[in-house]
Amino acid sequence: KEMMVREALNSALDEEMSADPKVFLMGEEVGEYQGAYKITKGLLEKYGPDRVLDTPITEAGFTGIGVGAAYHGLRPIVEFMTFNFSMQAIDHIINSAAKTNYMSAGQISVPIVFRGPNGAAAGVGAQHSQCYAAWYAHVPGLKVLSPYSAEDARGLLKAAIRDPDPVVFLENELLYGESFPVSAEVLDSSFCLPIGKAKIEREGKHVTITAFSKMVGYALKAAEILSKEGISAEVINLRSIRPLDRATINASVRKTNRLVTVEEGFPQHGVGAEICMSVVEESFEYLDAPVERISGADVPMPYAANLERLAVPQVEDIVRAAKRACYRSVPMAATA
Amino acid sequence: FSSDQTLTIETSVPFTGHKIEPPSRSVDTSPAELLSFFRDMSLMRRMEIAADSLYKAKLIRGFCHLYDGQEAAAVGMEAAITKKDSIITAYRDHCTFLARGGTLVEAFAELMGRRNGCSDGKGGSMHFYKKDARFYGGHGIVGAQVPLGCGVAFAHKYLKEGAVTFALYGDGAANQGQLFEALNISALWDLPVILICENNHYGMGTAEWRAAKSPAYYKRGDYVPGLKVDGMDVLAVKQACKFAKEHALANGPIILEMDTYRYHGHSMSDPGSTYRTRDEISGVRQERDPIERVRKLILAHELATASELKDTEKEVRKEVDDAIAQAKESPMPDPSELFTNVYVKGFGVESFGADRKEVKAVLP
Repeated sequence: KEMMVREALNSALDEEMSADPKVFLMGEEVGEYQGAYKITKGLLEKYGPDRVLDTPITEAGFTGIGVGAAYHGLRPIVEFMTFNFSMQAIDHIINSAAKTNYMSAGQISVPIVFRGPNGAAAGVGAQHSQCYAAWYAHVPGLKVLSPYSAEDARGLLKAAIRDPDPVVFLENELLYGESFPVSAEVLDSSFCLPIGKAKIEREGKHVTITAFSKMVGYALKAAEILSKEGISAEVINLRSIRPLDRATINASVRKTNRLVTVEEGFPQHGVGAEICMSVVEESFEYLDAPVERISGADVPMPYAANLERLAVPQVEDIVRAAKRACYRSVPMAATA
Repeated sequence: FSSDQTLTIETSVPFTGHKIEPPSRSVDTSPAELLSFFRDMSLMRRMEIAADSLYKAKLIRGFCHLYDGQEAAAVGMEAAITKKDSIITAYRDHCTFLARGGTLVEAFAELMGRRNGCSDGKGGSMHFYKKDARFYGGHGIVGAQVPLGCGVAFAHKYLKEGAVTFALYGDGAANQGQLFEALNISALWDLPVILICENNHYGMGTAEWRAAKSPAYYKRGDYVPGLKVDGMDVLAVKQACKFAKEHALANGPIILEMDTYRYHGHSMSDPGSTYRTRDEISGVRQERDPIERVRKLILAHELATASELKDTEKEVRKEVDDAIAQAKESPMPDPSELFTNVYVKGFGVESFGADRKEVKAVLP
């Protein structure tokens, strides 16, 4: 059986709202409009306006209200139409949500989920195309999850809603309409994935590729191409950006001795940088080649289609980097 | 007199309403209540003066914002509500904590970063909480506590608790954008929240008229009703909060502007005398001091003698001194506390100190 990511998210919301009356949903267009991307379709009708709340387009205000409701024991799910707009509310995510359990010595916990599409969409320009994984993963007190498949979307969102801490849940607009095979276990309402655990999507021997969200699909395509050239790539779907599954990453690198990190975000101080450092700290002597990083270009997202393509990682970038790590490539500069 | 007899006392000045009929100036109280107001406010005053000394003795670190002068707001509000109602405030939070039932020892220990502090020494002056009395802090970012308070009110309504939330902010925060965002949503959703603007007339060192085009903060909610209250008159505060609670439960948000005054500077780094005159400060002390007002009422109604009130002040002083001595006995937090409470559920993930090869911990 196959399931679209959109359906996976919708069913996870539905099941968790059904299971716990303290779970409620708020955000722009989540109710009557059925969600800007239809993730919340049907929920207003099913759960009513007390639990599915359309907000004005005022992120600082409604995010603060969501966090305050969590202080008093509710379990809000705050939808950002895109994570770009969470910048209007980042003070509440970091200062009001992430730090309160610590500052209050455990008196006030903040069981809240901030979710919505993250990363580059298509043709929407610089202010609507950015990955915030590294931003939020920087902050102790937050958990940051980023699903790739329908299984991830269901299992991780359910885990996020059940979790007693603030969770930033980074979806991807371009994945919403993609379908993935799902098992009966995944479809069961008790299904849940562990937070902080990566998934090895494809086993391999020669090079490890880490990725999350949409880039997992690209990494898998790259692995397919590499396999035709005799390179066996292991693809790790990070799933959880914070906590980061350092153990799985390092175990894989100790096996393959090579690493390519892939992300859509800007390179500087990014997720790849942290993964690279973790491997340097824990598995330096296992490395047979310098760690390779594939990331978004270090520029604001351009609008023109050709420039936009140059600004986000492509499958061929991953293939090239993997070959470089395996000393199987001719440098680009030499071919120019 | 009997301590629970009803006394009716007129507020110092009438309330001024915005889009609402203000409550009566006649406030019911009792001898016991007036004596407890005197005691509670004197205790707060003494605590803050002592905190000033501890700060100067370098026993309190970082930021420290003192509440002396504003005591009537915390005490009057508490007299009008119950512990089912919630309170959230900014960083000038010591006295609100005390009013909610927090102890002096917990307060001083927190100020000194000790284990027995109300936040185990991990919060500091600006981050006092008392969840069992629904005191939600203690917030260091100007204005952020207002949407948070509206969210607590949302939860009260969602859970059908019949309780309200008082969200306190200063005249500086009154110009913050998020306040208006949260107020709009609260009005749309009829949230049982009372926004209390404690107008002490200076946002840090900036006089209200230099920061606000309209310093009539009780009117700033536009479509939300408001009330201007003499925040130096504890009975007026009590009357206004009682009125506001009833209003909020029935009709949604309301703004109370408490006209008050802080004797100290904004924080310990501010002598408080560069942007206002010493005459202004001593004028308020002589004319409007909240403790002196209650002292006069007690004496005028012959509920206690001047020397009995002096005795109360002596008792309070001793209580504060004893609490400080006790707080000083409390050890610093154990170093292992560095890694506790980062998460409720840490999944046994490793967390690191400055040198991760030296210091790391498994998060519980």
